[in-house]
Amino acid sequence: MKEIVVISGKGGTGKTSLTASFAMLAQDDIIVADCDVDAADMHLLLKPDFAKTEDFYSGELAIIDQDECNSCNLCFEVCRFDAITVNGRQYSVDQVNCEGCAYCSRVCAVEAITMQPQIAGKVFTSSIKTGATMVHARLSIGAENSGKLVAKVKKEAKNLAKTQNKSFVLVDGSPGVGCPVVSSLSGADYVVFVTEPTVSGLHDLERVNDLVKRFKIKSGCIINKYDINEDVSKQIQIFLSKENITHIANLPYVENFTKAMTLGKTIIEYDKILSEILRNSWKNILKDCCE
Amino acid sequence: MKIAIASGKGGTGKTTVATNLAKCLSETDNVVLADLDVEEPNSALFLKAELVKEEIKYKMIPHWNESKCESSGICQKVCNYNAIMLLGSQVLVFKELCHSCYACVELCPNNALVMKPERIGVLRYYHSEGLDFVEGRIDIGVEQTVPLIEKTKKFVDTHFKNTEIKLYDSPPGTSCPVIEATKDTDLVILVTEPTPFGLHDLTLSVETMRALGKRFCVVVNRWGLGNEDVLDYCKRENIEIIAKIDNNRRAAELYSKGDLLYDKLPDFKKEILNIKEYIFDRI
Repeated sequence: MKEIVVISGKGGTGKTSLTASFAMLAQDDIIVADCDVDAADMHLLLKPDFAKTEDFYSGELAIIDQDECNSCNLCFEVCRFDAITVNGRQYSVDQVNCEGCAYCSRVCAVEAITMQPQIAGKVFTSSIKTGATMVHARLSIGAENSGKLVAKVKKEAKNLAKTQNKSFVLVDGSPGVGCPVVSSLSGADYVVFVTEPTVSGLHDLERVNDLVKRFKIKSGCIINKYDINEDVSKQIQIFLSKENITHIANLPYVENFTKAMTLGKTIIEYDKILSEILRNSWKNILKDCCE
Repeated sequence: MKIAIASGKGGTGKTTVATNLAKCLSETDNVVLADLDVEEPNSALFLKAELVKEEIKYKMIPHWNESKCESSGICQKVCNYNAIMLLGSQVLVFKELCHSCYACVELCPNNALVMKPERIGVLRYYHSEGLDFVEGRIDIGVEQTVPLIEKTKKFVDTHFKNTEIKLYDSPPGTSCPVIEATKDTDLVILVTEPTPFGLHDLTLSVETMRALGKRFCVVVNRWGLGNEDVLDYCKRENIEIIAKIDNNRRAAELYSKGDLLYDKLPDFKKEILNIKEYIFDRI
């Protein structure tokens, strides 16, 4: 079983539309994992049935029992996150600022502070329109630990790939280079970068590639909307060959890309020319990944 | 007035709105723009400002002093993030998991742990014709971005106390980095696009801003693409749309080169002026 992760550095390059298209092409031989848990959108194209829902607990928040509190001020003194609010003799916890370190609860002499586990999100296991299984999630509003939720989604997807005997896990990652991205890269066999020929697309690709190199994962790249700026497209291709990243394909800027999304369809179900490019791309990815 | 420019979905035009708005406002007013999208900071690519100052930023991490340690195991017990482990008589610190709460250091009965600064990224301060610009840039491999966002905001607060308009280009998403970037602002401008992805992620941002009790409004970018669902949603939810920027291949081409748009596209400038007017009505 191989794990393929699609990331982009910059947001809005078409990563999710392409991942969903690959999910269509792979038909039933994959498990799909939407690890862009901050702003998960793949379900809008793949129409999962939300068959199984599970709460995901992660992190804690401090709560002060007003009846027990003797206003000794110790909690306020030890908190590094400005999360203890003092109003006269009344002490309370600012839920936005509290990072759940529990230091206050450990030093409270009258045990007035308890730590409450937080539901950080929900994890869904679904059947999608190809019949394949998809694991996806929704982060609770304002929750922390999106990296841990990503790890949970991936673990679930990998377990299912083993029990259902599937060849691939296909992961839609998140933008950026921080903890959710690190989480989605750990244990991956192949990375597909989706970029666009803009100064920011290239800048962000360079940064996320630096991260991927640390994991020593083989990678390939799709340049979406390559004809928006052919000069930058060329710069990207030079960068790819210098960094030993397989250039998988160039996709033209066409409005059908968005039109398909507006209808809740993948590109494969909507545009013949793009579909043909993507069919070849998927073949190249599988070949490159399994070499 | 502190104003965050944010979005749930990435690539909707946050940086385009932030940089063009900052530049346009700076023609008449004192403005500072802070790029808080520290994972992928892009504003500098469009502003082409002169670098004035660069500071390395750190977060505090516990370091183990073997000679003082008596293997009480208290550090491991009090760490709520599993960032410290006692393995035999060795103490291991996993710095990416550490939130710098100081519990391990201050509760160790033998003072065997001490906090030391650990590099997490750089802060850059630029200046260009009336516009001050600050950028946070996380080092590759550093997973927690909140401490650098916090430090970048702090730099703005201390150095630009009297600057009337402070703009924050926020990271995408709805989790902790966005909360950090928006939590003490007076207004959040949510940039979206009229597509199912744009709308879905806008609803998540709206829920987040409501949970934080923030005042917010919406800018629709690439209007003409997709459908009108985002307008219906905003109407239903009583959310003000303060600008609608037309979808335009020319804008995409200028953006791709790193050019600002407001001085080249009159229609675009009109929308930026709408945002400006909205802001001034609220000062």
